[in-house]
Amino acid sequence: MEYELVVGLEVHCQLNTKTKAFCGCSTEFGAPANTNVCPVCLAMPGALPVLNKQVLESAIKLGLTTHCTIAPYSIMARKNYFYPDLPKGYQISQYEEPICSEGYIEFDLDGEKKRVRLVRIHMEEDAGKSIHDIGEETYIDANRCGVPLLEIVSYPDIRSTKEASAYLQKLRAIVRWLGISDGNMEEGSLRCDANVSVRPKGSEKFGTRTEIKNMNSFKSVENAIQYEMERQIEVLKSGGTIVQETRLWDADKFETRPMRSKEAAHDYRYFPEPDLVPIEVSDELLSLIKAELPEMPEVRATRFVSQYQIPEYDAKVITTDRLLADYYEEAAKVCGDPKATSNWIMGEVLRTLKEKAIEISAFPIEAKRLGVLISLVKQGVINGNTAKEVVFVKMLDEPTSPQDIVKRDGLAQVSDTSAIEKEIAEVLSASPTQLADYRSGKTKLFGYFVGETMKRMKGKANPQIINDILKRKLESV
Amino acid sequence: MAVSKADVDYIATLARLSFNDAEKEAMTHDLNEILNYVEKLNELNTENIEPLANMGDRTNVLREDKPVPSISNQDALKNAPDFQDRFFKVPKVIG
Repeated sequence: MEYELVVGLEVHCQLNTKTKAFCGCSTEFGAPANTNVCPVCLAMPGALPVLNKQVLESAIKLGLTTHCTIAPYSIMARKNYFYPDLPKGYQISQYEEPICSEGYIEFDLDGEKKRVRLVRIHMEEDAGKSIHDIGEETYIDANRCGVPLLEIVSYPDIRSTKEASAYLQKLRAIVRWLGISDGNMEEGSLRCDANVSVRPKGSEKFGTRTEIKNMNSFKSVENAIQYEMERQIEVLKSGGTIVQETRLWDADKFETRPMRSKEAAHDYRYFPEPDLVPIEVSDELLSLIKAELPEMPEVRATRFVSQYQIPEYDAKVITTDRLLADYYEEAAKVCGDPKATSNWIMGEVLRTLKEKAIEISAFPIEAKRLGVLISLVKQGVINGNTAKEVVFVKMLDEPTSPQDIVKRDGLAQVSDTSAIEKEIAEVLSASPTQLADYRSGKTKLFGYFVGETMKRMKGKANPQIINDILKRKLESV
Repeated sequence: MAVSKADVDYIATLARLSFNDAEKEAMTHDLNEILNYVEKLNELNTENIEPLANMGDRTNVLREDKPVPSISNQDALKNAPDFQDRFFKVPKVIG
């Protein structure tokens, strides 16, 4: 029998607000343990939480972007459980009446459009950090207690491991584009649990599902789901039944294994959080937030194609990251040549980012400097090769302007026809064999003569002028 | 809506409390009394009445996203039964 995979994902996305969800403590990463804490996030008696406005707005932004219904009335709830890194003994979350519900996320996969529906998006707070691996005790750092999260719950609409990973990447791109989270999976800003089941192909009924936790990269999400699917099919084929349970992915052993039932047995006894007042989202607030939403990637890519006449593929690549798209537009504006700028981004810039494994925000050449460099080529001050291989490389290491580098290192392009003509004459007289071959029809040797001339002129000659003079000389005799 | 001894066991587990048999007996009795007392509310007709999520009538009490000073690490650990260096120390949680 052939089986079909059915997956739903629950994603926790850490917001990049300056302060925690319910108190004014900083969310700064890497602070010394238990220094970003206060009576509210340490659960001192009598301390009262107050919701961070930015958290609400971030939730609404993500909800609007993913086509959700934004609840006009919504409440916070307490989710009760005991764990040492949860000082209050409950997590403030949402249960009934979450802020966003019934939306969808669309993405391209192998040239096809795929839509995954969302059940809900709700606001909640993170727990602290437990350190188990030193000594005989567990150590608690409460700095992360109360850091705001959005939980995004999908319907079981995902049918392959590739779809799961594509969905996650799209979600990551959206939160980054909106500027509400850095979306970094390895650092835990994006955490994913998967509900996995299988069913006979063609069947309408869902199989029993297991919940997979502890996947901290796109690759491990794919691997864990793949493993779990195969495990379940194996169980069913040998006549067994799937037990509904929570399983942990072990990336080293490459397997999922059940959590002890005690850990998985939950009765959260949700009830409305009496310390926080209900949230009302008026049409007015909604339109204010709508007005703040950035131009989304698909829209921006379409605009790039029509406004700047760049290829659709380039436009898509450049709009995968909002900062990269901003960078492109700024550089293009400075040099006034959007097509050349797109070529530079697609070539030198993206290649350098990949080599250095950095994001555009950490790229050493600011958009304006790149724009100036491109205009130097456009104006004929330097040729394209000098720009790419010499000036660009130097600009990566020093904050100097491209004009200063050109001046300092004597890189200006030589457009002096008589100087070029002189070198060409010498190249031709030094290569009688090649010249004869060229004349007998091996016209590919044209490039050889250009190269030799360029070599003699230390790469600084204007290639267009070399071409023109060479053509004239070779055809004249 | 009677509370059984099994219910008391279950609630005690959730609350991380342990009782001896006599205490469980007493607790079962007390919880039943409490529920019976609250049961009186069911005499009211609550049809068409929205559930009350909060005692006040205010909504949208929000803070700006501006950091305020936290308390010191020393103060944070002051009430802790046990701590070491900058950390709260608790019995080993098997992860």
